[in-house]
Amino acid sequence: MAWTRDEMAARAARELRDGFYVNLGVGIPTLVANMIPPGMKVTLQSENGMLGMGPFPYEDEADADLINAGKQTITELPQSSYFSSADSFGMIRGGHIDLSILGGMQVAENGDLANWMVPGKMIKGMGGAMDLVAGVPRVVVVMEHTEKSGASKFKQRCGLPLTGKSVVDLLITELGVFEIDRKGGGARLIELAPGITLDEIKAKTEADFTVALPVSGEKPAGMKSAAISAA
Amino acid sequence: MKSKVYPNAAAALDGAVFDGMTVMAGGFGLCGIPENLITALRDSNVKNLTVIGNNVGADDHGMWAVLANGQIRKVLASYVGENKILAELFLNGGIEIEFNPQGTLAERIRAGGAGIPAFYTRTGYGTAVAEGKESRQFNGDWYVMETGLTADLALVKAWKGDTEGNLVYRKTARNFNPMIATAGKLTIAEVEILVEPGELDPDEIHTPGIFVKRLFKGSGYVKHIERLTTRPRASGAAAGVEI
Repeated sequence: MAWTRDEMAARAARELRDGFYVNLGVGIPTLVANMIPPGMKVTLQSENGMLGMGPFPYEDEADADLINAGKQTITELPQSSYFSSADSFGMIRGGHIDLSILGGMQVAENGDLANWMVPGKMIKGMGGAMDLVAGVPRVVVVMEHTEKSGASKFKQRCGLPLTGKSVVDLLITELGVFEIDRKGGGARLIELAPGITLDEIKAKTEADFTVALPVSGEKPAGMKSAAISAA
Repeated sequence: MKSKVYPNAAAALDGAVFDGMTVMAGGFGLCGIPENLITALRDSNVKNLTVIGNNVGADDHGMWAVLANGQIRKVLASYVGENKILAELFLNGGIEIEFNPQGTLAERIRAGGAGIPAFYTRTGYGTAVAEGKESRQFNGDWYVMETGLTADLALVKAWKGDTEGNLVYRKTARNFNPMIATAGKLTIAEVEILVEPGELDPDEIHTPGIFVKRLFKGSGYVKHIERLTTRPRASGAAAGVEI
């Protein structure tokens, strides 16, 4: 069975480490906020200007002056801080955020990412995505493996306009996980979703990749705790 | 010295607007936007504006009103979704949009206000954003040159201000306001609470009054929430629902 959206988010949550400052994009990456393993301290950054994002507010406590980068109402925590968008992107561009998890339209085997525009369609804008992928030392993309047409979104080269060049370190799809060497070492398949065969993922992938799967029966470290916290 | 305090937005904007001018406005989405000043800018009917800000309002709200009134020629923004009129104008060539990465836009405004004509950033290298711009290598990595931005008029919203123009923002309504306050030839601030000097703690002022030439106490704030997300009181779950 291919992974569900929640399972993809749970897999992304396994990239979290104690003490990390993390920026989560909209869509599946947002779900990662609910999957921080118990006992692990992770501080969420919102690029409009906040560190230490809390959960959604109770109905009678929503505050128009307190929103995240997806424009959703949120809450603050005792350790929260607010700052300008210039300071926020100073944090991002300056490499102070440990991990960025975001969605994608296409990823290439060299780590190129396209996730902001489709030529001929209305362009909404890139928001903070270009800054995040350029500035954050580790970038994880979570996206569906193929388009509705069946075309692979993990490509040899991105056809869509780029968000960043050689910026992706890890790609998580519903079929598996690929590690990408930004410095030109190519892509490696490191995990398959349960029940997905190597032949199937090869058939659905345009990108070239090597295979470095764990030995049969061996679970990658951290899998168990992430699965529990996602439940 | 003449007081910086004006009775309302229309009075504060009087004599400050002209056709073809460049206007910056603070806010992220509809959070922290200068609502009173935007309405007064619409009522002024000045045309051919270049508007700089993270967004251009959203359907029926914020800078959308100035756009819907046909006053804007060009926009510099990072994200313009949830804005049907802007999408229509853009697709039929009725408006020019220069998309800037959010952090690049924030830094261009910060630089402009600080007298820095240009800077290099890794953001956008190898993408369409870098086209036509100088790229340069530092310590083995490639960077794109971006220029500082200033404006004829800067409109900001703060939570509190004193009559000297010292400003304090509230929560994530700060966003682009502090940089925009520094980057206008003329900066006008609207505040929810206007106090006398001494009532704000000097250690906690976000924008020093030197940047603010005019200010007034705003009224009738709508503070429309674009995406109201909440969680039920009964469960302790972190997950919420969008309504």
